[in-house]
Amino acid sequence: MLAYLVRRVLYAIPILIGVNLITFALFFVVNTPDDMARMQLGSKRVTPEAIEKWKAERGYDLPLLWNSGAAGAAKATQTIFFQKSAKLFVFEFGASEDQRDIGTEIRARMWPSLALALPVFLVGLAVCITFALLMAFFRASYLDLSGVVLCVAMMSISTLFYIIGGQYIASKLWHLVPISGYAGGLDAQRFLVLPVVIGVVSGIGASSRWYRTIFLEEIGKDYVRTARAKGLAEGTVLFRHVLKNALIPILTGVVVVIPLLFLGSLLSESFFGIPGLGSYTIDAIQAQDFAVVRSMVFIGSLLYIAGLILTDISYTVVDPRIQLQ
Amino acid sequence: MPVVLVTDVLVWLLAAAVAGFVLYCRRRPHLAAPWSRVFRNPAAMASLVFLALYVALGLLDSVHFRPVLERKTEASRTAYSSDVLSALDVMLSHLRGRSEKTYSAPLATRSYAKEQLELPDGRQLREFPRLRFGGAHLKDEAEHAADVAKRAAAGLVAAGLLWAAFGVVVRRLKRRNPAVPWLPAYLALGVIFMLAGPAVALSSGYHVLGTDKVGQDVLYLALKSVRTSLVIGTVTTLVLLPLGIALGVMAGYFKGWVDDLIQYFYTTLNSIPGVLLIAAFVLMLQVVMERNADFFPTAAHRADVRLLALCAILGLTSWTGLARLLRGESLKLSGLEYIQAAHAFGVSDARILARHILPNVAHIVIIALVMDFSGLVLAEAVLSYVGVGVDPSTISFGTMINAARMEMGREPVVWWSLAAAFVFMFVLVLAANLFADAVRDGFDPRVRIGAVAA
Repeated sequence: MLAYLVRRVLYAIPILIGVNLITFALFFVVNTPDDMARMQLGSKRVTPEAIEKWKAERGYDLPLLWNSGAAGAAKATQTIFFQKSAKLFVFEFGASEDQRDIGTEIRARMWPSLALALPVFLVGLAVCITFALLMAFFRASYLDLSGVVLCVAMMSISTLFYIIGGQYIASKLWHLVPISGYAGGLDAQRFLVLPVVIGVVSGIGASSRWYRTIFLEEIGKDYVRTARAKGLAEGTVLFRHVLKNALIPILTGVVVVIPLLFLGSLLSESFFGIPGLGSYTIDAIQAQDFAVVRSMVFIGSLLYIAGLILTDISYTVVDPRIQLQ
Repeated sequence: MPVVLVTDVLVWLLAAAVAGFVLYCRRRPHLAAPWSRVFRNPAAMASLVFLALYVALGLLDSVHFRPVLERKTEASRTAYSSDVLSALDVMLSHLRGRSEKTYSAPLATRSYAKEQLELPDGRQLREFPRLRFGGAHLKDEAEHAADVAKRAAAGLVAAGLLWAAFGVVVRRLKRRNPAVPWLPAYLALGVIFMLAGPAVALSSGYHVLGTDKVGQDVLYLALKSVRTSLVIGTVTTLVLLPLGIALGVMAGYFKGWVDDLIQYFYTTLNSIPGVLLIAAFVLMLQVVMERNADFFPTAAHRADVRLLALCAILGLTSWTGLARLLRGESLKLSGLEYIQAAHAFGVSDARILARHILPNVAHIVIIALVMDFSGLVLAEAVLSYVGVGVDPSTISFGTMINAARMEMGREPVVWWSLAAAFVFMFVLVLAANLFADAVRDGFDPRVRIGAVAA
């Protein structure tokens, strides 16, 4: 088990290197730092001196891969690749466009993101499993059919509409909660209720339908027939046997997103003004802050790989027959 | 002067390819069978009618030209406008041309915003001004309700007659092919007629869905958005398909280091969160386009290249799902006896792939294609909101929502552009989802066996 984990973690390294190379290629080779400077400084008729100054301030005035002007090891380290891309591996993200340290910013913004994403994840899971189990209980009836139709209809609505509609109804018409904003500590719940509800509701359609098929697949198995043949009530069969077994594919399927919860939700955060990583990313994209986008890409893939490893572990935890070697 | 935009060519090519595929399938019973199962699904038939309407709109909107400007003298060279119009624009010219100053509610005769008006006797008055076009034909505004009702009724009657005429056609189709549920399709057609009839009748005198901030007709914007959605949903597959099929099948068939390499490749791409990867690509694209700004003759060309690039980027970032599915399936297939037999006969790898593997994974490709469509349409809206979607000058659901989201805070609420985007998009995505479900049920043997057993 331990050996397997070590190997998985080692396997993550080439992937992270790959991600790093892709972002390096996109951000520095396809576009030279000169282009970035021109983009940031705005007008097309910007002077070369201004570009040089912009590059020097941000440390982009280095060669891409090999600094032949430097001495010794500095030949390799005094380059954009080493300074900007390789340093991501030790979580040195550098400074954003407004000269703030990205690392500090990320550490501070992680918690509001988690405060929103974790409840959405947990409540959403509970709601969707319940809904799917109900549909499975009433399978092949009009209740089930209307449930499925409802799911498909809910899947067909863009998240944007859920957010805009929810904000309008709950905040503007009913004045239940503030439209947007955030506060630290326990006070945050006032601001989080609506985004959490919207996050859960917008996810119901797709997830419930998926869980329903898992439940139905499980219901068709032999042990379920045996349970019924023993004379167990349908409810007992569902809750005692089917639910437990169907949770295996459901839980192992969702484990992969758990680390990504730190990244938060792009849309909710920016609509509700929650100072998390999602809104940070959107702001960076809109301000064309390449340093921040690069860091977020790296962190995102790091968390995704952590999710993959967690998924593998969760398989052995829920099903002792699977052995990792 | 005709203008050929790249996406136009691709859209028409795709339409031709689909038509060719339909003909090809009709001749071959083993391919026609799953499709006939799809067409026995009532929901699929109804959604097909809606989809056909959208496709027709999209195709009409994919024929572009630059109108001739008035010639000043006989001798001067013909000058062309720098506006690029489409066939749909010509059909909707009465909607396109008649823009107001700012917001106006659906069917309104007066503007949303008050204005300083000067009365003939010189007095100033702050009032809601009459619209330039909406209800301009009314001499007395008291006739407004009656006029609207009259026009709507006329539209309904005309649509009803047309619908009844179609009933004859449908009855004949039903006699020829009784297994297909024609009734849902006919009802769907009825819904379209009943909505379109009054809308057409009213649109000559009013803004049926109101106007937006700069006074453009919202109905026009919604109809124009359809093409953008369709292009995103279909052209993307042109990039996604070759990558997904080639890499997925190769990984599953050749195994070994090819498999390792391809798996490494798609795990790496997959591990970057989707929106971020797309954002990174689009940011880079913006820089490149900025650098070559002189390359595009008109704004439409520029917007078109941006749209095309967005499709390419979406395709580049989303082929991994299909590749993984195909890898699994061809891994399974390559172990089967008939493939081993082919090996034993000395059939080359390329031939085995083409003759034995590809036809047997085709159903997965078709299912993945139709399932991806709705997701891509939804993604466009989100990406345009984030600021990495289509060119801001391209009319799309995303740009409509983006422009409309601040309007919910106004007093009174400007709900119509958001509502129009919602309804048009919802119907498109819902129809696509229902059709995709039917296709999956029709093509996936596992589902069929499950349905029989249950």
